[in-house]
Amino acid sequence: MPVTVAIVFLLITVGSVVFHFWSPWWWPEVASNWGGMDDTIILTFWMTGFVFVVICLFISYCVWKFAYKKDKRAEYKPEDKKLEFRLTWITTLGVAALLAPGLVVWNSYVTVPDNAYKMEVFAYQWGWKYRLPGDDGILGKTDIKYISDDNPFGLILEDPNGKDDLLVDGDELHLLIDRPVKFELRTIDVLHNFYVPQFRGKMDMVPGIITYYWITPTKTGDFEVLCAEYCGTGHYAMRGRVIVDKEQDYKKWEAKQITFEKMLAQNKNVKNLQLAKSTK
Amino acid sequence: MSDEYEHKLEAKSDYTADASNVGASDIDAVPEAEVADQELYHSHSWWTTYVFSQDAKYIGVQYALTAIGTGLLGLVLSWLMRIQLAFPGLGWLEPAAYYQFVTMHGMIMVIYLLTALFLGGFGNLLIPLMCGSRDMAFPYVNMLSYWAFVVAVLVLLASFFVPGGPTGAGWTLYPPQAITAGTPGSNWGIILMLVSLILFVAGFTMGGLNYIITVLQLRARGMTLMRMPLTIWGIFTATVLALLAFPALLVGCLMMTLDSMLGTSFFMPAMVSLGEKLSYDGGSPILFQHLFWFFGHPEVYIVALPAFGIVSDLLSVHARKNIFGYRMMVWAIVGIGALSFFVWAHHMYVSGMNPWFGFFFATTTLIIAVPTAIKVYNWIITLWRGNIQLSLPMLFSLAFIVTFLNGGLTGLFLGNVTVDVPLSDTYFVVAHFHMVMGIAPILVVFGAIYHWYPLITGRMLNETLGKIHFWITFVGSYAIYFPMHYQGFVGVPRRYFEIYDSPYIDTSTLLLNQFITIAALIVGAAQLLFLYNIIVSARLGKKSKKNPWKACSLEWQTPQMPPEHGNWGKETPKVYRWAYDFSVPGAKEDYIPQNVPPSEVTGAKVEKT
Repeated sequence: MPVTVAIVFLLITVGSVVFHFWSPWWWPEVASNWGGMDDTIILTFWMTGFVFVVICLFISYCVWKFAYKKDKRAEYKPEDKKLEFRLTWITTLGVAALLAPGLVVWNSYVTVPDNAYKMEVFAYQWGWKYRLPGDDGILGKTDIKYISDDNPFGLILEDPNGKDDLLVDGDELHLLIDRPVKFELRTIDVLHNFYVPQFRGKMDMVPGIITYYWITPTKTGDFEVLCAEYCGTGHYAMRGRVIVDKEQDYKKWEAKQITFEKMLAQNKNVKNLQLAKSTK
Repeated sequence: MSDEYEHKLEAKSDYTADASNVGASDIDAVPEAEVADQELYHSHSWWTTYVFSQDAKYIGVQYALTAIGTGLLGLVLSWLMRIQLAFPGLGWLEPAAYYQFVTMHGMIMVIYLLTALFLGGFGNLLIPLMCGSRDMAFPYVNMLSYWAFVVAVLVLLASFFVPGGPTGAGWTLYPPQAITAGTPGSNWGIILMLVSLILFVAGFTMGGLNYIITVLQLRARGMTLMRMPLTIWGIFTATVLALLAFPALLVGCLMMTLDSMLGTSFFMPAMVSLGEKLSYDGGSPILFQHLFWFFGHPEVYIVALPAFGIVSDLLSVHARKNIFGYRMMVWAIVGIGALSFFVWAHHMYVSGMNPWFGFFFATTTLIIAVPTAIKVYNWIITLWRGNIQLSLPMLFSLAFIVTFLNGGLTGLFLGNVTVDVPLSDTYFVVAHFHMVMGIAPILVVFGAIYHWYPLITGRMLNETLGKIHFWITFVGSYAIYFPMHYQGFVGVPRRYFEIYDSPYIDTSTLLLNQFITIAALIVGAAQLLFLYNIIVSARLGKKSKKNPWKACSLEWQTPQMPPEHGNWGKETPKVYRWAYDFSVPGAKEDYIPQNVPPSEVTGAKVEKT
């Protein structure tokens, strides 16, 4: 019995390691600048994996070596100060070694570079829309009470910065390769989370506030957008597409988008349009 | 080991005069009782004995059975979800039902099974017996605590039968979504959930005060705090945490109830819900998350600390060796408990709170890994040069170490704020918390039931059935949750009713889902063996000897087994040592119970405790 148990524990340990290296299930290749996150995971894997294997092997060994015998006595040793002290310090050092690189990467994650261009990701139950700042590079202010069929983003008409904002028609977003972009995340109803697995980044969108994160796409291609914060019955269906383009293709796509002003004109919403014009 | 005890000895040196055994009096000295023996309520009818019982042992069993019954519902719900995930083509669940099952499964398992079982169940059974008391300090309040729990469970179950069904808000109940139209059960279901939680907290508070006061005030003579079994330390500290943490949940529930029913805006900003402008304005959804996790993170330790304590005792008894580094273990429990109030926002790294909080909470979270690691070291060092009996409690304890280690180490991934970004809200998180606070504590529960079942019923559980149950449960649940981490690496998001054929997800991920589901069905079914075992063995099991595991702690030293009302017969026990005097050199037996006076084991070379 002890031998069997020891072997099973050994097999579980070895099996876990084998599974790890042979697993076909692994992350899709990173398509943004956040390869550092992957590196931190790998570092954590090596350190924690080592601890896991050592402790499991130790257990297997003990089960086999110190199996119960009727006339045997266990060792009587309530404490070993020196050993406990050493183990505490080794653990503390190990933990610090994991934490430090993590905090360095986090620091760059929350510090948006100055040259990042801004855009708005707009979430609702259950879909995505996007807004680009237009020629002035500034996103117009919004308020939830302005939201209507004619003004789906709730742009404040009195704010001149909003007029040239490009309102992306459809839930397909294009991004420029190798240019840092800051996503300003907005939701008009419940929590959502703008998540593209290949970009690694994530941040909840919270009604009432604008949250953000930034990435630099490093690969052209076509990626899926998922909502990563539970948002009700349609959560699982809240998908979209992001396409990372080279400059030329991006320009073509951008040219197809219409400004807020144009949209108002198209909708023949004369009153709003006049109000918008009068504040120029 | 305890200085406190030595001081007491000196201070009360005059009591030896009236000790009956004059020859042994010096070494058998125990401080006098500080309060008179407890007057107990004696039941007169079947109703007051078995239903509205005021005996903590019965209340413990009542709590445990109610919790396990509710937990079985949680188990069945998990089957339904898993079948949907593995075979989406069957189309037998609506998305709304799926989310309702996810929510109810989570809440039932965390609160109504684990919390109730560890504190209400094991707390009531073991605190008076292990501390050498006759009962809890306030038996009547203790009874009320159980019945409040029953009402809370009934209200929770009632939500399955109201219009719209139970809430499908996820067990975290995040507003605004919990009370707006896009979520199932956003009218009736959520209100019943909140009311049920409020009742649970009220009931728990009655029980919790009892546990604390009993531990602090009603310990037997000589039972210093530093002689208490770690089980009691774990339950005691967890109760302190619960009394401090549950109020945060309580106010969160109350405020959300007001938002939902009276239209206040604690958690509700201005919003447009499915095309309709709501009248809320100015509230903060993140405030609820802070309240929820200020409760929610200590909650993890409310479940884990009793498990830590119990597993320490099981390992020690069945390895015939004292728990290694007892004092360090006590301080680790207390330290983890204190730290657990400073780490809550690691559940919120990507919640939209100020991202600079990430630095603080990542640091505190990784600090908590140190005392936790010390506990793991001390468990395995306890095995070293032990005399390990591979009894069922020992097997479950070993399995606990492996699963807890695994789940604890993946906690280092998620706690480290950067690593959390890609992994949060994926199946990595699901795998992590099931491993660390689902499987690991449940394995301890099983170990504990196999261990203390003779104390409750006077009979042993069937060993063969138990072994089959053990291997399927351990290996099976490892097979469920270990590979699940890798779905998280792929980026499969959690709380998805269906993943479709996303371009980045290989079809083999669906295969893995099917494998996991089949393993889950098998592990779940194996629990029927366990149920059969506990039901049938109560009548037909092999009669247990007194103290069948040769344990040192007091619960096995009662005059009758199972212990009777009042536990101790005429006189409560006197305690002369800690609960871990196993394999003491020079002693005749390989264990010296806590209530054996030094004069009876003069040859034993015990270290002072």
